[in-house]
Amino acid sequence: MTDEPLLRVSALSKFYGSRVGCENVTFDLWPGEVLAVVGESGSGKTTLLNCLSTRLLPSSGTASYRMRDGQRRELYRMSEAERRFLMRTDWGFVHQNPADGLRMTVSAGANVGERLMAVGDRHYGRIRATAVDWLSRVEIDDDRIDDEPRAFSGGMRQRLQIARNLVTGPRLVFMDEPTGGLDVSVQARLLDLLRGLVTDLGLAAIVVTHDLAVARLLSQRMMVMKDGRVVESGLTDRVLDDPRAPYTQLLVSSILQV
Amino acid sequence: MNAQSTDIATYNFAYLDEQTKRMIRRAILKGIAIPGYQVPFASREMPMPYGWGTGGVQVTASIIGPDDVLKVIDQGADDTTNAVSIRAFFKKVAKVDVTTETARATIIQTRHRIPEQPLTASQVLVFQVPIPEPLRFLEPRETETRKMHALEEYGLMHVKLYEDIAKHGRIATTYAYPVKVEGRYVMDPSPTPKFDNPKMHRSPALQLFGAGREKRIYAVPPFTDVVSLDFEDHPFEVQTFDQPCALCGAENVYLDEVILDDHGGHMFVCSDTDHCEKRQADGQHGHLAPETHSASGKMEPVE
Repeated sequence: MTDEPLLRVSALSKFYGSRVGCENVTFDLWPGEVLAVVGESGSGKTTLLNCLSTRLLPSSGTASYRMRDGQRRELYRMSEAERRFLMRTDWGFVHQNPADGLRMTVSAGANVGERLMAVGDRHYGRIRATAVDWLSRVEIDDDRIDDEPRAFSGGMRQRLQIARNLVTGPRLVFMDEPTGGLDVSVQARLLDLLRGLVTDLGLAAIVVTHDLAVARLLSQRMMVMKDGRVVESGLTDRVLDDPRAPYTQLLVSSILQV
Repeated sequence: MNAQSTDIATYNFAYLDEQTKRMIRRAILKGIAIPGYQVPFASREMPMPYGWGTGGVQVTASIIGPDDVLKVIDQGADDTTNAVSIRAFFKKVAKVDVTTETARATIIQTRHRIPEQPLTASQVLVFQVPIPEPLRFLEPRETETRKMHALEEYGLMHVKLYEDIAKHGRIATTYAYPVKVEGRYVMDPSPTPKFDNPKMHRSPALQLFGAGREKRIYAVPPFTDVVSLDFEDHPFEVQTFDQPCALCGAENVYLDEVILDDHGGHMFVCSDTDHCEKRQADGQHGHLAPETHSASGKMEPVE
């Protein structure tokens, strides 16, 4: 393991006019580490995620990323071309609603292959073989490769979206409520799959969720947000078993026991 | 304006006013300077509906001079409504010489074909373009497609070709086949059959593209690389026909299927009417050529 963080975020703030999106967020993310960002809706989780993934530009603060060649780059100083290139090679973004992250009118195979073609692969046979491989890794039968995602169930779409993001071997994946809107048995399998992939590939991930169980299963570290600020952060088990901030205590005690 | 006093309504030379022509010429020059780049321009209302060649007509009107000889083709033919009307239009508003002969024309306005006879450096080919954006059906947002062109993000174009192969076993796109111009911009060659794509590559003639409704002009300067996109294991290839033209016997040309009767009778003939007529005048005949009917007994074994 290297001794340098993959992503270093410092005093990041985003204001929407006079309203606060997120304020003064500082953290480091290490290679292979999964960080969960939890909090109720409106707490600034998604704004933070969008800023980190450069889909939004922050009002102030910096974030630097260690590129594959080992160089540190300031994310918000990079050109749009570089950021978009990073986005489709070294990063992934898993949306809550798979329709936002997939091309719904092209086949599953083309969805997985798009990133390969975007980085210059021009061999149909190879692209297809890679797509078959990735579909099987996310437990989609290879006879569905030519079906459009419109014909897929919600859980399958989400797994397809994950395959599409991971095909270029990214080092950092952003996930916005990856299990939101799925029923619990499907959620459980998806989490199982994600956990396996993250461990096998040594991915670093930032997972935004309001579901503490997801955070517990996937992440090593977590940040709790409220009203745009980080109220508590630490190892996931510590935060969930021994919450210190009053808001975290409320959050943890609000989990329904079955 | 030197209007003839007897005319009730008069037009400026070539219909458009001089300021408009200057504006269009600026767009054309920019297009030539950046091969394959779509230049926005202030498209005018023309006395014809959108989709009938308003873009091509505006480009032609801006570059035509009194000494030019104009040829207009519609799907390769000089005698279809659109071609006849546009030719008559310029004959009336610019009083230019018109022709159906490819070799004699200095400006050829075309809808969806490139003449079979190779063009020369003294000719300009003007294409009528319905949808100039090759990425449009894959990405509906204009802001996004312009960004994709700017950043040279063309992976999506191959997604379309991938889909073709996945669905049909081969690249099934037969017209409007995307090309890369001078190694930079991906361009829609207008809905010409892909048969004509190789003719665009390093053509000595200047090629101008006008899309009136979409308000875009783009250009391929002479001797510019125009490469059709493909996969390494599914290379680009043009259509082939298993029989020659029924009228002139030409091979390796683009053919149209013509229905002859209600009983399934049909023939394949050159889509380029000028090319076909010239070959027939030179004494070349296919198996259904009018002259051969009288001598059909002798001609049949040729098949």
